[in-house]
Amino acid sequence: MANDSAKEDQGTYQPLSYFQLMEVSLRELLVEKGIITEEQVAQEVEAMRKRGYERGSRVVARAWVDPEYKKRLLASGTRACEELGLDIPALKLLVVENTPEVHNAVVCTLCSCYPRMLLGIPPEWYKSRNYRSRMVREPRAVLAEFGVNLPDQVAIRVHDSTADMRYLVLPMRPQGTESWSEERLASLVNRDSMIGVALPKGPGD
Amino acid sequence: MADAQFRPGDRVRVIKAYPLGHIRTPFYIRGKCGTIERYCGAFANPEELAQMRDGLPAQPLYRVRFDQKDVWPDYRGGPKDVLEVEIYQHWLEPA
Repeated sequence: MANDSAKEDQGTYQPLSYFQLMEVSLRELLVEKGIITEEQVAQEVEAMRKRGYERGSRVVARAWVDPEYKKRLLASGTRACEELGLDIPALKLLVVENTPEVHNAVVCTLCSCYPRMLLGIPPEWYKSRNYRSRMVREPRAVLAEFGVNLPDQVAIRVHDSTADMRYLVLPMRPQGTESWSEERLASLVNRDSMIGVALPKGPGD
Repeated sequence: MADAQFRPGDRVRVIKAYPLGHIRTPFYIRGKCGTIERYCGAFANPEELAQMRDGLPAQPLYRVRFDQKDVWPDYRGGPKDVLEVEIYQHWLEPA
């Protein structure tokens, strides 16, 4: 149940790994002792799967409309999220800002580290060997495949999320949105733009 | 925790070693030189945690910025393109 690997979904038989066995044992003990119920576990798994990237979009939109908030967000991503009432336990968040001179993009070459509490479950391509190996080696070619073509004068800064930090890209606010409300701005901020492989599209794009 | 030995701006080299185990230093960056971008705090050593030990003393963690041309000699892209990788202090030496 707690195992959501693609192999399992395809019905391929695999013996439980050490950690899967530990998860089953711990869960059954907690249920048996009346500390949690199976329903609560199922609800939590469901909530995790449903979590999208809306929280990330909210953070970005707030930073676009409030320069002081943006300063705090860049200084401490974790504290600035808490300020919006976002509960992001154990997430050490670093927010990296795109500017006309610098474009940021995020990868985890070792596995698939990702700010799940803000962006939900990572897309399949983020976990693929192709993306993980090529994003550090030829980021311009990879970005072009996502439809992002940047001139050589724009420095590309790739962040390999190898350890305890998690990264969120703060994209640039599109032109022509000066009068937009925070909520409407948030609707422009899609998942890929916060990973750094897309640019939010404004009304003129 | 172990004392932080490096400061932002310091030049460092990633140690070129190939120990077995759960290592969070990617292969492609070992032996490469970069600059400390920032100190991230100290964290239990993941190599020890993977062995079911406590990982203490906590290891200082840094973000190190590398010029792409220093990492991949045949890199194709802008001269200002960089790569930033989180590296624990015990994997770094002054360069």
